[in-house]
Amino acid sequence: MATLPEGAAGSGLPGFLGYRRENGTVGVRNHVVILPVDDISNAACEGVANNIAGTLALPHAYGRLQFGPDLDLTFRTLIGTGRNPNVAACVVIGIEPGWTKRIVDAIAETGKPVEGFAIEEGGDLETIARASRTAKEFVQWAGERQREPCTLDEIYIATKCGESDTTSGLGSCPTVGNLIDKVDAVGATTCFGETSELTGAETVCAARAATPEAKAKFEATWNAYNDFITDNKTNDLSESQPTKGNIAGGLTTIEEKAFGNLQKIGRNARFIDVLEPAEEPSKGPGLYFMDTSSAAAECNTLQAASGAVVHLFPTGQGNVVGNPIMPVVKLTANPRTARVMSEHIDLDVSGLLRREMDLDQAGDRLIDIMARTCCGRPTAAETLRHREFVLTKLYRSA
Amino acid sequence: MQPHFLVHDAADTVGVVVVEGIEPGQTLEGWVMDTDTTVALTARAAIPLGHKIALKHFADGDTVVKYGHDIGRVVAPVEAGGHVHVHNVKTKRW
Repeated sequence: MATLPEGAAGSGLPGFLGYRRENGTVGVRNHVVILPVDDISNAACEGVANNIAGTLALPHAYGRLQFGPDLDLTFRTLIGTGRNPNVAACVVIGIEPGWTKRIVDAIAETGKPVEGFAIEEGGDLETIARASRTAKEFVQWAGERQREPCTLDEIYIATKCGESDTTSGLGSCPTVGNLIDKVDAVGATTCFGETSELTGAETVCAARAATPEAKAKFEATWNAYNDFITDNKTNDLSESQPTKGNIAGGLTTIEEKAFGNLQKIGRNARFIDVLEPAEEPSKGPGLYFMDTSSAAAECNTLQAASGAVVHLFPTGQGNVVGNPIMPVVKLTANPRTARVMSEHIDLDVSGLLRREMDLDQAGDRLIDIMARTCCGRPTAAETLRHREFVLTKLYRSA
Repeated sequence: MQPHFLVHDAADTVGVVVVEGIEPGQTLEGWVMDTDTTVALTARAAIPLGHKIALKHFADGDTVVKYGHDIGRVVAPVEAGGHVHVHNVKTKRW
């Protein structure tokens, strides 16, 4: 096991061994990604990934005939995924050269190797052959990147909970909150989201804003999402939000779920800004709120696209989600889930419910497993090949 | 010792069962995390792990308090020690 470097001078918190990228950002994985611009380029991307060991294709469902804010979001998500410091190098394949180049150019700003290919210039087979040669060079280049000691003020951590139950609010979410408070104090960048899932606790959340501007931005964001739900709902959303799994786990209303969810931001940290979906934080270290859906794969994909390199995912009933480029560390306080779904759980904090450990100890255990994950220890979701990459679609394509 | 149920806040009117196999008539011990105190209560229903137990009698229209905050409205009466869930509590939103 790697000896962990110091996370912040005198803090007693561990740092990690990461990859310092060309633009100074720090990654914890070293992926060579084969990124489709659109749905019809998935086959070529998977062809390249099949040819070249050590590459990772990210097939997805969209990218054609989108327009307006929905198109902007797709571009932001694809570009952000390529820019993420966990990605060492990136091959981009699209059906035509224009939008392909737009994505390549934005990823290239980071200084990392990136090259684009357009299928209409030669068909799938010719494209796969050319892109495979580039991918091979990228994999060999990436293999020579070295991990270096990194401190917690260089890390960007995201969090989101899933298949929550009442044990999430009692144990696993407060454990993340304990970690957030500790790393916030030493200059880490962190992000939470799930706009609709703060309903009932939205005023308590708004009061956690660091500035009147951040508070106003949060209130406008939450109100807009709530208006969208009230405009489209056909019932009180029971079984959707909260989900059937949440209800099976004892959560009754969205208000109850929201207060459990909010435990993830701890007691002291204050959010300094509100991000658009997939927007990179730009106000320096601190806690950020991102406007996201509460569906796990959508939210995680947006957070990874904003540059988050590691994810903390409390679960109650046992959501099994992962992400292709960002390790998702899963913790539960539900003793039954820890027992019957053990292969999915990176940290069992059910001892909190038995009073065998306190929150401070649970938070320290989470920091330890997070640091080891950042050093290269695969998460449960990584070993199980959970690579859910799901674009958020705002409305129909043209 | 292992508590049977946990209560977030001293103001809460429900607790969360944290052990498996709770049966009606069983005497339960609860831990109030906020104040680090214990409370005793007799279960009036079989309540699964993670589900809520009523700490007081609820009448139709009452508000349920958890985390010290409003988490919904009662739509069918519940006795103290009873099972509080979607069959007797609904959201006040949406």
